[in-house]
Amino acid sequence: MKVLVAVKRVVDYNVKVRVKNDGSGVDLTNVKMSINPFDEIAVEEAVRLKEAGKVDEVVLVSIGSAKSEETLRTGLAMGADRGILVNTDDLAVEPLAVAKILQKVTEKEQPSLVILGKQAIDDDCNQTGQMLSALMNWPQGTFASEVALDDTQVTVTREVDGGLQTVKLSLPAVVTTDLRLNEPRFASLPNIMKAKKKPVDKLTPAELGLGEGDIKPRLEIVQTQEPAKRQAGIKVVTVAELVDKLKNEAGVL
Amino acid sequence: MKTLLIAEHDNHTLSAHTAKALTAATKLGAVDILVLGQDCEAVAQQAATLAGVSTVLLADDAGLANQLAEPCAEVILSLASEYQGIVAAATTTGKNTLPRVAAKLDVMQVSDVIEVLDESTFKRPIYAGNAIQTVRCNEPIKVITVRTANFEAAGTGASAPVSAVSVNLSAALSEHVEDTLSVSERPELATANIIISGGRALGSKEQFQQVILPVADKLGAAVGASRAAVDAGYAPNDWQVGQTGKIVSPQLYIACGISGAIQHLAGMKDSKVIVAINTDEDAPIFQVADYGLVADLFEVLPELEQQLGS
Ligand SMILES: Cc1cc2nc3c(=O)[nH]c(=O)nc-3n(C[C@H](O)[C@H](O)[C@H](O)COP(=O)(O)OP(=O)(O)OC[C@H]3O[C@@H](n4cnc5c(N)ncnc54)[C@H](O)[C@@H]3O)c2cc1C
Ligand SMILES: Nc1ncnc2c1ncn2[C@@H]1O[C@H](COP(=O)(O)O)[C@@H](O)[C@H]1O
Repeated sequence: MKVLVAVKRVVDYNVKVRVKNDGSGVDLTNVKMSINPFDEIAVEEAVRLKEAGKVDEVVLVSIGSAKSEETLRTGLAMGADRGILVNTDDLAVEPLAVAKILQKVTEKEQPSLVILGKQAIDDDCNQTGQMLSALMNWPQGTFASEVALDDTQVTVTREVDGGLQTVKLSLPAVVTTDLRLNEPRFASLPNIMKAKKKPVDKLTPAELGLGEGDIKPRLEIVQTQEPAKRQAGIKVVTVAELVDKLKNEAGVL
Repeated sequence: MKTLLIAEHDNHTLSAHTAKALTAATKLGAVDILVLGQDCEAVAQQAATLAGVSTVLLADDAGLANQLAEPCAEVILSLASEYQGIVAAATTTGKNTLPRVAAKLDVMQVSDVIEVLDESTFKRPIYAGNAIQTVRCNEPIKVITVRTANFEAAGTGASAPVSAVSVNLSAALSEHVEDTLSVSERPELATANIIISGGRALGSKEQFQQVILPVADKLGAAVGASRAAVDAGYAPNDWQVGQTGKIVSPQLYIACGISGAIQHLAGMKDSKVIVAINTDEDAPIFQVADYGLVADLFEVLPELEQQLGS
């Protein structure tokens, strides 16, 4: 069985991004970039399925500029077998466009399972997995905190607002990861070295049969602003003072 | 512009999310509400009382009992040609279903809308709320999810007509196995007036319950947690507040033993009043707190509980 995992290169989660003064976007010059944390969890899950003997091959796919190869190498060092880089240069690719590219890659690779992160921590869209699943007309198991795979189906426990929900999907299917699915491993130095030699195929959307119209952005970004700043408040010294302030100053008790 | 709002409910009760999402949806034009579920006539009746609703559409079918994304999207798509807008609350249900609808309609979805500027222009947070983007959506049909914490609830007192929708689902793609839902007498996190949250400092599930819950009960508050507390098993996953958990904006948010990572702040910094209790006076949470108490939570929370009782 083959598993395809989508990995996105994003700003590292520790970076507090700054909005550019002219409102044209966020400043990404010299900012640390990493694999999207949810996608790291997705790679880990796929590699564990391989280690458990349930999966033969783990293929990674990333869409973006040539620099996304770094992201693929990160996943390869964790134990994935090969990578596919779909080069869109500096074009902003929205979730719908990513889903269309992933649809083509999925049709080509024919995996039984595609694992994505639930959310990219840059655009915070939380759409791509659901969109891919719709385009393929496959079942979806989103926000997974547990995945149990057998030959014909996958049982997914999902983190939902009310608690947990378990669904059973017939394969092929799409799964998106939530934080509690696993704790990703650190790649060892020998594995990082080995990953450098693993194959990475480079493709363009055109080579996948997609035209410019299929992937051009649909949303127009009018401007990007700083969020409203909160004024730091005061320190109180005792619980009595706190209760007094909450009652008499803030009026919230 | 005619808009279809997807109701948030559990087959019995309409969630408070819907009245809030309705406020956003009415900015797009006339609104019909769609109730998807099984034996959920009561929900449709509740939705019919919301001020500003034209018609409530009731899709009642065994295949919709658990509101799985695949059948729900199918029903929404069967109605979509009548509408120029499709709106849902950005809950796990809305987030699960709406992108399926958008992809099938070949339109981009606008996620987590916090402000509707006009019928095609929206504000939404990106990068864990560190930037706010204004986007114009020129798609023929706007598919949006709404951050309900940013909208007031629409009023009630109306009595819109309820009309049944015929449902003809194709073969199921997925099967519901079970729900393990948290049962609690406390208010729901997303809509609570007061929230008290605990972080990694709580140290264990037992201590979380011994120290946080009595104060929550005194305040009639909902209980939240940081990711670290949830990961460590001190609190259930549905208590997580933050970028990738729940977004809340209560009147009062009390953060106990939470450092204030950007991912946590993303979920609660729109609260009206924030209190932080932390032993580290340099903890970033104090930068957003109206009232900071530099103290050991194990000492001050029992004291707070006592003082609230008097
Ligand atoms: C992709 C991604 C998504 C994330 N999403 C979320 C999210 O949605 N929500 C979220 O919360 N986090 C999220 N995080 C995690 C986030 O980055 C932080 O790791 C997390 O919020 C830290 O939790 P904490 O504040 O409880 O723990 P810590 O950062 O360890 O802070 C514990 C605090 O307790 C204080 N303390 C210790 N002892 C006491 C005491 N006795 N009394 C009082 N104070 C004490 C310490 O001074 C410290 O400030 C996410 C991270 C990633 C990578
Ligand atoms: N450019 C991309 N390349 C590879 N995977 C992506 C890309 N964009 C999104 N994804 C996948 O889709 C998930 C959800 O992204 P989003 O819908 O943008 O929040 C991510 O966690 C990735 O798994």
